[in-house]
Amino acid sequence: MPTDLFDSVTWPFAMIAVLTLASAVAAMSLRNLVHGVLALACTFAGLAAVYLLLDAQFVGFAQILVYIGAVAILIVFAILLTRSGEASPQRRFSSTWAIGVGIAVTVFGLLSGLILSSRAVSQEIRPPPVVTVHQIGDQLLTKFILPLEVIGLLLTAALIGAVIIAMHEKERE
Amino acid sequence: MDQIFVTLKCWLVGAVPDQWQPLLSAALSVGAIVVTFPLLFAITTILERKGLGRIQNRYGPNRVGPYGLLQPVADGLKALTKEDVVPHTADKVMHFLAPLVLVVPVFLALAVVPMGRNMAALDMDGGVLFFFAVGAATELSVFMAGWSSRNKYSLLGAMRAIAQMISYEVPLILSAVTVIMAVGSLSTVRIVEAQGGYWGVLPQWYVLTPWGFAGFILFMIAGTAESNRSPFDLPEGESEIIAGYYTEYSGFKFALFFLGEYLGMFAISGLGITLFLGGWHAPLACLGWIPSYVWFFAKLLGLIAVFIWVRGTLPRLRLDQLMGFAWKFMLPMTLANMLAAGVWRFMPAGAARWIVCATLVAAPYVMLGRALAGRKRLGKRVYRYAD
Repeated sequence: MPTDLFDSVTWPFAMIAVLTLASAVAAMSLRNLVHGVLALACTFAGLAAVYLLLDAQFVGFAQILVYIGAVAILIVFAILLTRSGEASPQRRFSSTWAIGVGIAVTVFGLLSGLILSSRAVSQEIRPPPVVTVHQIGDQLLTKFILPLEVIGLLLTAALIGAVIIAMHEKERE
Repeated sequence: MDQIFVTLKCWLVGAVPDQWQPLLSAALSVGAIVVTFPLLFAITTILERKGLGRIQNRYGPNRVGPYGLLQPVADGLKALTKEDVVPHTADKVMHFLAPLVLVVPVFLALAVVPMGRNMAALDMDGGVLFFFAVGAATELSVFMAGWSSRNKYSLLGAMRAIAQMISYEVPLILSAVTVIMAVGSLSTVRIVEAQGGYWGVLPQWYVLTPWGFAGFILFMIAGTAESNRSPFDLPEGESEIIAGYYTEYSGFKFALFFLGEYLGMFAISGLGITLFLGGWHAPLACLGWIPSYVWFFAKLLGLIAVFIWVRGTLPRLRLDQLMGFAWKFMLPMTLANMLAAGVWRFMPAGAARWIVCATLVAAPYVMLGRALAGRKRLGKRVYRYAD
C-alpha cells in the first residue's frame, strides 16, 4: 500500500504543488498586472488539480468554473477598466515586508501546530468514502438547506446592490 | 457493427502487457478524438463555404480538386507555410500561448461527449460540470490573445468577446440544468441512457417535451453566442474592428484559432445532442440496427447545417441588442423553463401535464416578447431609397 500510494499520489501532488506555489509567487512578484492575473489563474488551476487528485470532482470543477471562469475574468476586467497594463513605478517590496513575513510565519506555525496536535491527525486513516455529485446535491438541499438559502439571499442582495449602483450613475449623466 | 470501435480498442489494449494497458487505452481514446474532429473541421469548412455560396447565389470554392473538395488541404498547406508575423510590441509569450489555451480545453470538453454506445472517452460522475468548467478557460485565452497583441482593435474584440461569453454562459448553463433536473445525474452517459425508450413511435428525447423543446432552442442560441458564430460574431466584426481578438494572428496560429472556434461549435452541438436529442439513440425503434456513432454524427452534421443556415440568413446583432437579448429575454426564459421542468417532474403523466408545462413555457415567451417589443414600436421596415 505505501509504495502504491507513493507512485499514484505523491509524485503528481509534488508536481502540482510546485507549479501552484511557483505561480502564486509569480502572481505576487510580477511587475505586469496582467501577467500577475494569469499567474493567479494558474494557481487556481493548480488548486483545482489538487482537489481532483483527492477525488473531489465536484469541488474541483466548481473551483475551475468559479475561480478561473469568473474571478480571474473579473480581475482582468477591473484592471482593463481602471488603468493600463504598464508596470507601476512602485518598488516590488513594501517597506514593511519584514513585519508581513513575521505575521505570515506566525500564522503558519500556529495553524500547523494546531493541526498537528489535533485528534484528526492521530486517528487511523480511514479509506475515503466515495462521494457522488448526487449525494452532495442531496445533502445541500436537505441538511444544509439553511446555509444555502442564506448564501442565496446574500448574493441576491449583492446583485441588487450592484444594479442600483449602475442605475444611479446612468441617471446622473 | 455497433461496437466495432469498442471491440477494436479492447483487442488492441489486450495485446500489450498489463502495465501499459491504461496508457494505451487513454492514448487510443485521445487519438480518436484528435483525429476525428479536425477531419470533421476540414469537411465543415468546405461544406460551409459551399453552403454559404448557395445561399448567396454563387458557386463557392470550385478550383482545387473535383468540385473544390480538396480546398481544405490547400488551406491547411497555406496556413502551415505562411510567415508567422508577431507584432514588435506584442507580449511574445502570451501571444504564443493564447491559441494553445483555446484549443486544448475544447479537445478536453469533447472527451465527455458520448459519441456512441460505450463510446465516451471520459465517463465521469460530473461530466456536464466538467464540460462547462473547461469551457471557462476559453474566455481567458480570448483575453490573452486580445491583450498581448497590443492592438486596440484586438483589445476591443477581446472585451466584446468576454462580455458576450459571460452573458450567454448563464442561460447556457441554466438551460442545461433542466435536463440534469429530469435525469438526476451530471454524467453525460447516464443522461443519454435516460433518453433510450420510445413513447409509441416517438423517441423519449427531451426535445419532445415542452420544457425540453424550449430548453433546446435556448441552449442552441446561447451556444451560438458562446462559440462566437454569426449572428453573434461581434467580437470579430470585420466592418468595425478588422478581425477582433485575432487581428494580429497569421499563419498557423490563426488556423488554430479557427480550429478552436469550430471545435467549440462541435462540442456545444455534441452536448446539445447529448442533453436534448437523445445522444446516439436512433430516432425510430426500427432504425436501431444502424450503428450508434452514425446517429451521433448524423445529428452533429444536422446541427452544423443549421449553424451554416443561420449564418447565411441572419444579420449581425448590435452590441446593445446582444446584451439586452441575453439579460432581458434569455435569462427570464431559462428561469421559467426551469420551473416548467420542475412541474413536469412532479406531475403525473398525462394530458394535464402537457398543457400545464406548455403554458408555463409559452406564457412567459409571449409576455416577454410583448413587453420587450412594446416600447420600440416595431413595424414593417420602410426603405427610403431602395423602393
